[in-house]
Amino acid sequence: MEKKNVPQDITKLENFTREVCYALDENGNYVTELSTGWDIKTDALGVAWTDIEERVSNARKQVLEGKASPILFFMELRLMDVGIVSAYTGFWKWTIRRHMNAGTFAKLSEKKLKKYADAFDVSVNELKTMQVHED
Amino acid sequence: MKIDFEHVQAAHCENGVTKNLLKFNGVDQITEPLAFGIGSGLFFIYIPLLKINNGPAFAFRTMPGNIFKRTCKSLGIPVVRKKFNSKEKAEKFLEERLKEGMPVGCQVGVYYLSYFPKEYRFHFNAHNLVVFGRDEDNYLISDPVMETTTSLSRYELERVRFAKGALAPRGQLYYPKSKASVSPDQIREGIRTGIKRNIRDMLHIPGNFAGVNGIKFTGRKIMRWRDKLGSQKAGLYLAQLVRMQEEIGTGGGGFRFIYAAFLQEAHAYYQNDTLLETSAKFTAAGDLWRSAAVQAAGIYKGRLQEQSDFNDMGEFLFQIADIEKQAFTALSKMKWK
Repeated sequence: MEKKNVPQDITKLENFTREVCYALDENGNYVTELSTGWDIKTDALGVAWTDIEERVSNARKQVLEGKASPILFFMELRLMDVGIVSAYTGFWKWTIRRHMNAGTFAKLSEKKLKKYADAFDVSVNELKTMQVHED
Repeated sequence: MKIDFEHVQAAHCENGVTKNLLKFNGVDQITEPLAFGIGSGLFFIYIPLLKINNGPAFAFRTMPGNIFKRTCKSLGIPVVRKKFNSKEKAEKFLEERLKEGMPVGCQVGVYYLSYFPKEYRFHFNAHNLVVFGRDEDNYLISDPVMETTTSLSRYELERVRFAKGALAPRGQLYYPKSKASVSPDQIREGIRTGIKRNIRDMLHIPGNFAGVNGIKFTGRKIMRWRDKLGSQKAGLYLAQLVRMQEEIGTGGGGFRFIYAAFLQEAHAYYQNDTLLETSAKFTAAGDLWRSAAVQAAGIYKGRLQEQSDFNDMGEFLFQIADIEKQAFTALSKMKWK
């Protein structure tokens, strides 16, 4: 890549930072050049976020229909998978899958709910009611 | 309490931490490309079964931690590296080092890294930064991907140092044990071992998931994604590939441009034209990776939907694999003197 071709597209990084790219100068020597971003990868990130939003809204729907517990919703909202939830709560993966059942979730003790709430960075009440606060 | 630490921005976090910590400790010849090359940073791996953020796992660089470890080892600089079970001990240890005037490298998770924009915060636990002081309740942070220094509260730093999940940092910190000086001969030797190790990783690694074979393997897989996964999921997977390849920290072209820069710098230590020729090859490979990204974007934006478009995407990877194979083969035949 030549220095003059380093992309300078407007992205989410605006007002945050520019990034270092390595590129060739006029004499064919490598130099660093700051880039504001590249549309191609902004789009890639956009694809990932569209997928996340879809997962979150599906999860919300399932909870409202009584097919899943809010743990599924918050797991998707916090971009986690069962492995990460397990690492933060200390519950085994199969236990977490069981807790994702609405009926089982309704019977969970305060103590267990608190563990989930902490992992998702919400209060127990928010956890139960699927309220989302902006962080 | 603030250590006089020079923050220099880098393309990649671990290169930057390595370079800046070495500079602080008296070794100022090591540039980002040299750290990357001596640490044998270039790699490729695709693990279809391992899912990250609901997509397949790709990496264009070696395992986190290796660049710092290998570069220091090659240059004969002893390092301290510690993990902690207790958050209190982890903070106490950090505090003590800062009081002694030693800036410290920390492995952290990105998800709770408050100064990152939300769009970039995923559960990725192998980010690196330097803590170089504390101002009341705020730790002073030099994050190499940032243009300027920043800060994190005690709670925020603790939370990112103890992020959970794959590659959990467990409070891990590291730094060179003492001031050092490095001779040109040591750097020459570091360059040689760094390149040899990289040849091994890219050409001779067993199995077909990794190295240049892994690139070919990925190309073949991509050609089948349209039928196997459907265009939406295939698009999601390709977007994941492009993110791993181009996102902050790669210097562009899946680290290939940094490696090309390294080979140019290596030429100052070994006047052998093979280094310049292979540098040009990695520039070509990086350019092709970027062309492949443009092709992938056509697919995940829904503009390109035909099987022939997936075939073209695969072909890019075949071409790249060939070029990188030629380049490493040429390096493996080079006479070191």
